[in-house]
Amino acid sequence: MKVLVPVKRVIDYNVKVRVKADQTGVDLANVKMSMNPFDEISVEEAVRLKEKGKATEVIAVSVGPQQASETIRTALAMGADRGILVKTDAEVEPLAVAKILKAIVDEEKPSLVITGKQAIDDDSNQTGQMLAALLGWPQGTFAHKLELGDADAKIEREIDGGLQTVDVKLPAVMTVDLRLNEPRYASLPNIMKAKKKPIAEKAPADYGVDVAPKLKTLKVTEPEKRKAGVKVKTVAELLDKLKNEAGVI
Amino acid sequence: MASLVIAEHDNKVLKEATAKVVTAASQLGGPVHVLVAGQGAQGVAEAAAKLQGVEKVLLADDALYAKMVAETMETLILSLAGKYDAILAPATTNGKNYMPRVAAKLDVAQISEIIKVVSADTFERPIYAGNAIATVQAGAGKKVITVRTTTFKTAGEGGSAGVEKIGAASDPGLSKFVGEELSKSERPELTSAKIVISGGRGMQSGENFHMLDKIADKLHAAVGASRAAVDAGFVPNDYQVGQTGKVVAPELYIAVGISGAIQHLAGMKDSKVIAAINKDEEAPIFQVADYGLVADLFKAVPEMEEELTKLGY
Repeated sequence: MKVLVPVKRVIDYNVKVRVKADQTGVDLANVKMSMNPFDEISVEEAVRLKEKGKATEVIAVSVGPQQASETIRTALAMGADRGILVKTDAEVEPLAVAKILKAIVDEEKPSLVITGKQAIDDDSNQTGQMLAALLGWPQGTFAHKLELGDADAKIEREIDGGLQTVDVKLPAVMTVDLRLNEPRYASLPNIMKAKKKPIAEKAPADYGVDVAPKLKTLKVTEPEKRKAGVKVKTVAELLDKLKNEAGVI
Repeated sequence: MASLVIAEHDNKVLKEATAKVVTAASQLGGPVHVLVAGQGAQGVAEAAAKLQGVEKVLLADDALYAKMVAETMETLILSLAGKYDAILAPATTNGKNYMPRVAAKLDVAQISEIIKVVSADTFERPIYAGNAIATVQAGAGKKVITVRTTTFKTAGEGGSAGVEKIGAASDPGLSKFVGEELSKSERPELTSAKIVISGGRGMQSGENFHMLDKIADKLHAAVGASRAAVDAGFVPNDYQVGQTGKVVAPELYIAVGISGAIQHLAGMKDSKVIAAINKDEEAPIFQVADYGLVADLFKAVPEMEEELTKLGY
């Protein structure tokens, strides 16, 4: 079976985010960009399925600027077979990404789409679920463990109260949570090999998708900052402050 | 211009998150209806009917909704969507699961995890793990919104809305619930506790978390953890506070052996009072803590238990 893995190029998770002075967004000039950490986990899971002989081909897709091809290369170096870059410089909302992915799914006919549960830039947590709905497929979100059968998948999910297992019919969409696996680092030989793997270049228009945003961002501002308080010297002093000054215990 | 709030519950108890979403929905201006989808959830519907500001409760009581599986919730909500201008759910793992499906089918953008209603079509939401706040305006069409419940007040009781039973929508037959392992605890839930005490990598083992349990029992607190502690296997995933775990805003948050990574701060920085115990005085947690104690937690936590006992807790 084919597995499709959508990956997103985002600000590196170690970079301190700075809001632009004109409040139009976050400063991304000369900032290190990387693959969304959740997407690394989904690439890893797909590659493991291939190594176990369950998946026949792993296709990495990214919707983004030309540089998103580097993100696809990272996936290829981890073990994906080929890539599709849907090139656009626009900021694409989750719904439009889901529509593009749906068109790609219609062409490629994968049995499973594995993607990160959210991207760490817009923190939307929508794309996988939207794709599943547009396709009329079931979903297993926030995946903690995957048992893949021939016609179905048992997906253990991280939920507020603990863990939940659902059985979904294939084809399906799975979005991954942190503890599904630990993504590998690509080895140098694999990075070299990845340079020869094909990446097809497309545009949203090739799939007939309008990427104009439906939401209007009026401004982006800094959150209110908390000020550092006081240091206390002893446990007794801490409890005294909590009880008599803050009144919270 | 009515709003539909999707209730969060476990078929027995209406979760406080619902009352917070009702507050957000009320701020949109129109009448507020609540949908309770569950099995044997009559009591939940009655509790929802008492919330201030609720005009009507719809109860879909059917085995299909026993566990709020996303695919069945989608068809149910879509069958009702025509009458509403806005559909809101709490940003719980349930709400996050089914709501984007609804938005996609309605061909609208979902507005995720709003923290403020600026006007009927304009909202604030955190992005980049709360390091920036975006103010967004909804376009044409229905509004599909998930609500970060920590920033909204709980709607009071005293209402007396009617409960209307509605039939189940069609079963898409795509998925089924197999089972669940829920953490059992006598303590309050993390997201609604007045006091939360959390441990980080500094706790060194799951065993050592029992030190925090003892403090939690004295203070009627919930126990949480940083991602580092969860990834290290000290405690289960549902303990995780942070950008990708739970967002909490208790009266008091006590961080023990937590350095204060951005991802963790995103989940607790709206707490009213933050106290931190860490042996590294340079730990970033001290930059947000109201009260900081530079100390070895293995001495400080047992001492805290003793002192609390002395104080009569």
